[in-house]
Amino acid sequence: MKMREICVGITGLNAIDSPGPGVSVIRCLHESEDIRFRTIGLVYETLEPGIYMHELVHKSYQIPYPSAGTEQLLKRLSYIQEREHMDLIIPNFDAELWNLIKLQPRLRKIGIRLFLPDLNQIDKISKINLFDFASSNDFRIPKSKKINAQEELDKYEKEIPYPIVIKGKYYEAYITYNKEQLIYYYHKLNAKWGLPIILQEFITGNEIVIAGLGDGHGNTMGAVPLRKLYITDKGKGWAGVVIEDKEYLEIARKFIESIQWKGGFEIELKRNDEGELYLLEINPRFPAWIYAAAAAGQNMPLMMVRMAMGNEVVAYKGYETGKMFIRYSWDHITDISEFQQISTLGEL
Amino acid sequence: MAVKLKKNIALSESGFVFDPSTGDSFSVNGTGIKILEYLKSGIAEADIVEYLCEHFDADKKLIREDLDDFINHLKQLKMIVHENA
Repeated sequence: MKMREICVGITGLNAIDSPGPGVSVIRCLHESEDIRFRTIGLVYETLEPGIYMHELVHKSYQIPYPSAGTEQLLKRLSYIQEREHMDLIIPNFDAELWNLIKLQPRLRKIGIRLFLPDLNQIDKISKINLFDFASSNDFRIPKSKKINAQEELDKYEKEIPYPIVIKGKYYEAYITYNKEQLIYYYHKLNAKWGLPIILQEFITGNEIVIAGLGDGHGNTMGAVPLRKLYITDKGKGWAGVVIEDKEYLEIARKFIESIQWKGGFEIELKRNDEGELYLLEINPRFPAWIYAAAAAGQNMPLMMVRMAMGNEVVAYKGYETGKMFIRYSWDHITDISEFQQISTLGEL
Repeated sequence: MAVKLKKNIALSESGFVFDPSTGDSFSVNGTGIKILEYLKSGIAEADIVEYLCEHFDADKKLIREDLDDFINHLKQLKMIVHENA
């Protein structure tokens, strides 16, 4: 059988202590039996490991940081498109979605598809608006407060008992045990991500995450829950096991239906010792552990590509529990000439 | 009183126990796995005590207490689905 070819641009090839999902998404795509994927890495840093993993990533190009704006991004993507003819782009960072969604019609004109939610949907589940979204959809959420000035710490420190989780607008969260730590991380997060900053009640319990895919019409195309078994000090799962529980699948279904979500996502939950389930975060992209969901029988990145290309798909109904992932670090060997090429020419 | 193990708990002969609802896993010895197998198939506690008395040289009262401890532990781990008087 002749395999058809699809060229996909993928971001998030980083793999520091908070690994991007890009390499996992690419592994999922290469599992296809009827599509031969040409994968183009779209990278910010020259030391993103995926750039050098040529068996997975065929060519990589540096792209401008999201802060450079839409026009800079479009200019760079147009240059890449002239050479690579990408059929679609799968973004894997929250912060780059805004520019890409804005550029969606212009990217489509040059042949690049996206399969993403709209800006209103992204806004509703953002860290700063999640509390309102959860309240209006009957999701239990830890007590949370948005703060815009250091003085507000005094007020909310009395309302939320320690330990208090302090979160940046886009990324990063720290657990604080006293006022000094709270003030320190307030300034650190403000300097890095700006205001507002979120204070949240700390919930003890097991961390459950759900990877899912919505079709944009309220239908759940796939959903796999996983219990984190080993968690780093950055809160990242370093091992996990796929579990079964209808309650988690119902949460994914309800989320997709309530917001008509289009694209991949990850819901982060915590179940306390009393058995109460709290919604912590919703990320508008696939998680870094998405390959474990594919191993359990739901290859959601591949299904998303098929949907983006306009192919008929049938929603996944089941998956295999007990599939585990155990992440490891691997010293990938390359030559300075490769690093030189990406550093000087911005492509490799 | 009848106590039953949750239906989806996976038991292996090696003594490995996996709860697919929570992702918890445990290791138990040969006696433990036998008790879990009996509980899963709905065998009454009194019959499990008889089985243990046949295989272990111990006082019946002590065996009963140990079994109660074991079952209480399973309840704490939410591995028991229901109890009927």
